Amino acid sequence: MTSMRSHGRARWRRVKNVFALGLGGVATVIGLGFLAWILVVTLVNGLSALNLALFTQMTPPPGAEGGLLNAIFGSAIMILVAMLLGAPIGILAGTHLAEYGRSGAIAEVIRFINDILLSAPSIVIGLFVYQLVVRPTGHFSGWAGAASLGFILLPVLVRTTDETMRLLPITLREAALALGAPQWRVIVQVLYPAARTGLLTGLLLGLARISGETAPLLFTALNNQYFTADLSQPMANIPVVIFQFALSPYDAWHALAWAGALLMTLFVLVVSVGARIALRRRVG
Amino acid sequence: MSVALPASRAEQARVRRGSGDRVFRLLVAFCAGFVLLSLGAVAALMLTGGLPALRNFGFAFLYRSVWDPVRQDFGAFVPIYGTLVTSLIAMLIAVPISFGIALFLSEVAPSWLRAPVAAAIELLAGIPSIIYGMWGLFVFVPFMADWVEPWIDDNLGAIPFLGALFRGPPLGIGMLTAGIILGVMVIPFISSVMRDVFALVPPTLRESAFGLGATRWEVVRGVVLPYTRTAVVGGIFLGLGRALGETMAVTFVLGNAHEFAISLLKPGNSIAAAIANEFTEADSDMYRSSLVALGFVLFVVTFIVLALAKLMLIRLARREGT
Amino acid sequence: MPESMPLALAEAGPRGAAAKMSIRALDFYYGDNRALKNVSLDLPDRQVTGMIGPSGCGKSTLLRVLNRMYDLYPGQRATGEVLLDGENIIGPGLDLNLLRSRVGMVFQKPTPFPMTVYENIAFGVRLHERLSRTAMDERVEWSLTRAAIWDEVKDRLRSSAIGLSGGQQQRLCIARSIAVRPDVILLDEPTSALDPISTLKVEELIDELKQDFTIAIVTHNMQQAARCADQVAFFYLGEVVEVGSAEQIFTAPRERLTQEYITGRFG
Repeated sequence: MTSMRSHGRARWRRVKNVFALGLGGVATVIGLGFLAWILVVTLVNGLSALNLALFTQMTPPPGAEGGLLNAIFGSAIMILVAMLLGAPIGILAGTHLAEYGRSGAIAEVIRFINDILLSAPSIVIGLFVYQLVVRPTGHFSGWAGAASLGFILLPVLVRTTDETMRLLPITLREAALALGAPQWRVIVQVLYPAARTGLLTGLLLGLARISGETAPLLFTALNNQYFTADLSQPMANIPVVIFQFALSPYDAWHALAWAGALLMTLFVLVVSVGARIALRRRVG
Repeated sequence: MSVALPASRAEQARVRRGSGDRVFRLLVAFCAGFVLLSLGAVAALMLTGGLPALRNFGFAFLYRSVWDPVRQDFGAFVPIYGTLVTSLIAMLIAVPISFGIALFLSEVAPSWLRAPVAAAIELLAGIPSIIYGMWGLFVFVPFMADWVEPWIDDNLGAIPFLGALFRGPPLGIGMLTAGIILGVMVIPFISSVMRDVFALVPPTLRESAFGLGATRWEVVRGVVLPYTRTAVVGGIFLGLGRALGETMAVTFVLGNAHEFAISLLKPGNSIAAAIANEFTEADSDMYRSSLVALGFVLFVVTFIVLALAKLMLIRLARREGT
Repeated sequence: MPESMPLALAEAGPRGAAAKMSIRALDFYYGDNRALKNVSLDLPDRQVTGMIGPSGCGKSTLLRVLNRMYDLYPGQRATGEVLLDGENIIGPGLDLNLLRSRVGMVFQKPTPFPMTVYENIAFGVRLHERLSRTAMDERVEWSLTRAAIWDEVKDRLRSSAIGLSGGQQQRLCIARSIAVRPDVILLDEPTSALDPISTLKVEELIDELKQDFTIAIVTHNMQQAARCADQVAFFYLGEVVEVGSAEQIFTAPRERLTQEYITGRFG
């Protein structure tokens, strides 16, 4: 009769098990360590550069003190326009996939393409919009910046809309159709309200995504040292200001870059945490 | 000759109703087509923009390492090489760490710890890439220069053959630093795919392996990994696709060099970094076209990698579905 | 151990065989929910014990206690005693992997691992033993033969087990369990996902296997319990209502509840 206390080979297997699982713990600590490192650095440098002038003054010339007002405004306006352009197209395209294309071959192709767009390098999108808008019009502009952000937003919304609406019970559609409602009214008046938290989550995820993008703005919106609300002009924005100021040799510019980095990170993280909470509420 | 009777009220309503459906249907189909079209348009515009350079330099554009804006002579070898090498370093770092995280979250962590740790790891994906770039430039580069690279130069530089990769001045900037930062950036993508597909393994399959007396590690090695193999590789490719195209995190720390250097400690370049650094300064059509051609190469490579990733992920989903 | 041996021997099953496993005053909890109440039952050595009862009565739960499968899940715990050859397997300090190598389990749905037929068998064996190439080949053939599937798969040992039919997969899973040479095999509704012909084959196999193994089978199919089991236990709401020989339970049940269940008045 063998006793069931481990010995020999069994002990070795146990040791190997504990070792492998332990390495998993180590890997997790490394991942969390980098997260903490990056967040603390951003927080410490950003907080020390934070002051009221950020929100009241324009970006300064080399070496001088100033704020980020024009960049904050420019970012906000371009993100807003990008949402207005990209969100309706994305939601409607997602609706097509979920409601009209369910399992058709074309829908599958569109899903496939969309997922690739979702992970496509954002700098390529920037170059694309440069070719599409900047070159024909002959100058950098807020419109071009908003368009490139819109293209980045688009696949996020296509996917979340598609996934959210496919989760809705088929009986909901049948019940509405059985009342004699045409399909488009079923979608607009029954399915969209039923899917609203999912759609909201998609919008928030998309907002978080485009708020942190830099590469697509480099050669579309470019930058502008002055305040402008004219979308046909080059437009200041937080990410490109950070890019230019961080690489400069001036301490005042570095401080502004850190302040911008902190504002941007906080905004992005708050929005994406908000999206997650909205998502959890839907599931729960 | 008969005159059509006026339609009854109900019929009128039905007609209008039908046309509302048709309009809506067309509208959503148009938007879906727009998605399809936009990828095609990206490919087409990048190709036409890069065509002058590709035509001028021919196939040699891909393997010549000249980059001379003054003499208008461009070859993309250094940035292409830099992109591949930094992505490879990123994968060497991110794959084992991501697997460890997925292992920890799906097998080790008590259930109350799983959600918060998973959310924290996903936060890494939420941090804007330019923040990685700034942290890299101001914090990680000095760290590498002061602590890591001198050690590498002293200890690994002496290895025959491979040592050439690790010899060099401890500047902090270069492909090694960029690769590590990229690795950290793609960890959340790879680990969340791994965790998701590990969760797809049917509980009875896991229990069967436990039922034979396997330890947790043996269950993962023997059953979970074989079952999820293609999807795990798909997740790795997804991370690779991200690493290849990442711009802002590496632009600051690569050094924007156009001379080829074998050492990972010397300044290098990548496709995305070269475009970000030089595009707005490109003062001639050929210069600009060369950069767009670089972008086209990047687009094609990431398209292939991401398409492969997607196909591999679909395979597991299919098997789950049936 | 030694002091509990006489007890285990004294508690003899219907045919006078010694008990391989003895369950004594077992309680089981899913969180606060008490799923098994004061269960006592013997599994006589080299006999088949059938466990019957309506869904949710605790019979599958009991099976998962016998190889401590519940340990995988937080919030599940057992109190009482479960003796395997006189050693209490509920309680700390026990090597679960060794326990599970002695108490094998086969599930409702076939669970072939995503590897070849050969590797499916070799996987479990390799966990516990280092065998030479030829010894492993022999072990694989032996277990597949014992599971009455050798003739069907001997030419496709190197192809994926996923390609086998459902019935073949289930017999492969049985072969995989016996390849580890356990003392006890737990079968959790092993035929509920199979067609009638495959079911018949598995039932014949069970009859064959009890020469060497102690078997516990959970089933919803009363005919199956009558055909396969030597001893039958009827469970209701987490309690053992009645234990007896298969013949006695199905022809002359002592309890009214048992009678109502086997005549199909509820279930």
